[in-house]
Amino acid sequence: MQAEADSMVNHYVIHPATIVEKIREAEDINTYRLQLVDEQTRQQFRFKAGQFNMVYLFGVGEVAISIVSDPDEPELLDHTIRAVGRTTKAIADLQPGETLGIRGPFGEGWPLEEAKGRNVVIVTGGLGCAPVVGAIEYIFRRRAQYGSVKILHGVKTPHDLLYRERFDAWRRHPDTEVLLTSDQPDKTWCYHVGVVTELFEQVSIDPAKSTVLMCGPEIMMRLGVPILMRRGIPATAIYVSLERHMECGIGLCGHCQMGPYFLCKDGPVMRYDRVEQWLGRTGV
Amino acid sequence: MLERDERIRIMATASETCAVLPSADLQWLLDALSAKGYRVVGPIVREGSVVWETISSVSELPIGWRDQQEPGRYRLEQTGSQEIFGVVHGPQSLKPFIFAPREPLFQIKRSKDGFTTSPTLPQSEKVAVIGARACDLAGLVIQDRIFLNDTYRDPYYATRRDGLFVVAVNCTRSLQTCFCASMETGPRAKRGFDLALTEVDDRLLVEAGSEAGRDLLSNLSLSTGSEQLSAEAVTRIDACAGGQVRRLDHSRLPQALYDAHEHPRWDEVAGRCLACTNCTMVCPTCFCHTVEETLDLSRQQTAHARLWDSCFAQEHGYIHGKNIRPTIKDRYRMWLTHKLASWIDQFGTSGCVGCGRCITWCPVGIDLTEELPALLTPGTQPSITSQQLEGT
Repeated sequence: MQAEADSMVNHYVIHPATIVEKIREAEDINTYRLQLVDEQTRQQFRFKAGQFNMVYLFGVGEVAISIVSDPDEPELLDHTIRAVGRTTKAIADLQPGETLGIRGPFGEGWPLEEAKGRNVVIVTGGLGCAPVVGAIEYIFRRRAQYGSVKILHGVKTPHDLLYRERFDAWRRHPDTEVLLTSDQPDKTWCYHVGVVTELFEQVSIDPAKSTVLMCGPEIMMRLGVPILMRRGIPATAIYVSLERHMECGIGLCGHCQMGPYFLCKDGPVMRYDRVEQWLGRTGV
Repeated sequence: MLERDERIRIMATASETCAVLPSADLQWLLDALSAKGYRVVGPIVREGSVVWETISSVSELPIGWRDQQEPGRYRLEQTGSQEIFGVVHGPQSLKPFIFAPREPLFQIKRSKDGFTTSPTLPQSEKVAVIGARACDLAGLVIQDRIFLNDTYRDPYYATRRDGLFVVAVNCTRSLQTCFCASMETGPRAKRGFDLALTEVDDRLLVEAGSEAGRDLLSNLSLSTGSEQLSAEAVTRIDACAGGQVRRLDHSRLPQALYDAHEHPRWDEVAGRCLACTNCTMVCPTCFCHTVEETLDLSRQQTAHARLWDSCFAQEHGYIHGKNIRPTIKDRYRMWLTHKLASWIDQFGTSGCVGCGRCITWCPVGIDLTEELPALLTPGTQPSITSQQLEGT
């Protein structure tokens, strides 16, 4: 039994990874390009688009962070981290050459395989939508495998618009629309004024051929999904990325529950029909 | 459930798996377990309750004691009898033996490459626990499902579980707080045990439930059981089940409790709940945990350990900038809904085994067998809400 226990994969164990590159995205947001130190671990590491790692800083703590780089290139792992909490602020001080830890990959990500051959509508709101940036880049690297792409992104103020260059670059892809909105604009804002759900009226969506990916505050999903469903998009074609307290990554520590789901294992991306009855309930 | 005659026949006729041990000779069993290399653990009286402790002699067991349990109340009393297993249970189930309250996971040492990680799996140890009840075994089966047979297999739990030998005791006496009969988990141990004892006056009927149990039983060379003794054991176990005053009707779960999410009763019970976490600590199935990291003074090494956590803790539902379950109402609802409803969707079984510990050890005596029916009855406005109470 001891031998069997040793051979069991131990999902708590953290593997060291070197910061190869640190890319500044915004004032408090950086993308860390990580390379696992141990060669065997590095070669065995495979992930699906939208999965996350637990990223660890020695002596400080661990946070759940999406892998935003391409799953076909698993030797280097990009993690976009916003400095908001104790651990992420400490990570922000690190420089290339220094070491972080990784456990993973965990969870179920965006349905990018299932969406091949279909139109993709991406609806995002506010800050912290790095997970969906990885999905968008994934699609554009395989542009011919997807139908039309519509990216609808809402921010509170123009200052909150990150990845400005990326939005401009995405706009130049064929059969692609990028619509931006701000509900508290300033004089520099040249896009729509209002909340992201208002952008739905500005795009045509073929309800039978579209897959919707949503990432942002839960309120955006609760208000936005019914509008999309009224336009004939089935709940089974709408995917939402949800956030809960994640600690273990393997559905065992109990913190990330939403109704019957462990979002670290069953999510963080969930098909809307599965979570419909739980979204918007207080305390769930 | 098998018909009574069938149960008696099974108990009495399977001679290699069923025997009679005079109560006065229970020490043989302890010695046989020790000889096989087991550390023998049994209930002992301590600070007004019973707790699991390593024992070497039958005399350390709570002979002649009985426990009285009610909502928010636990008392031991002397009966003057020679009854060995008169105390049904204390606050501990089998959980601490396998899902340790504090489990060292691994250590990390700084190195020139950054750091190295070394897992700290527990030493394998053979532990024989004497006196576990059917509810405790039901809890063990549920924890096995969670830690061993889900998507991931937990190596720490597996190592501890592998060394565990369980000598169960079939209950012939129910507490005021017991409701295992309605949860179909007891009072007779069904599975998960190596040996099961039924105390009938001055004799112990012994059944084997595993290969290890049969092996040990054959070493003891006891006399085989009689149909008469088996019949008496079944009568007493049945009477114990029939005498239970609490029950939990789980037939409409999980959906009925999901539908009760906005019931005013949640406010009412939240007004009484202290969020002390006692119910989750004594529950045989609660599995929430957190990982604690301890940095040594040189800042060169950290130790990571898994600790029991509770959904009643303020931090349990914390995400950046927000607490998903900020109020006691949210947390009590989370606990009960998970325990009785979403657990079924997650693991195909209720998370409740009917042991009643959460009722007894709740400082204010909140009783889930009372809360569930109230929550499943169409609600009216409560006379006093938790908000009003907090305002007083």
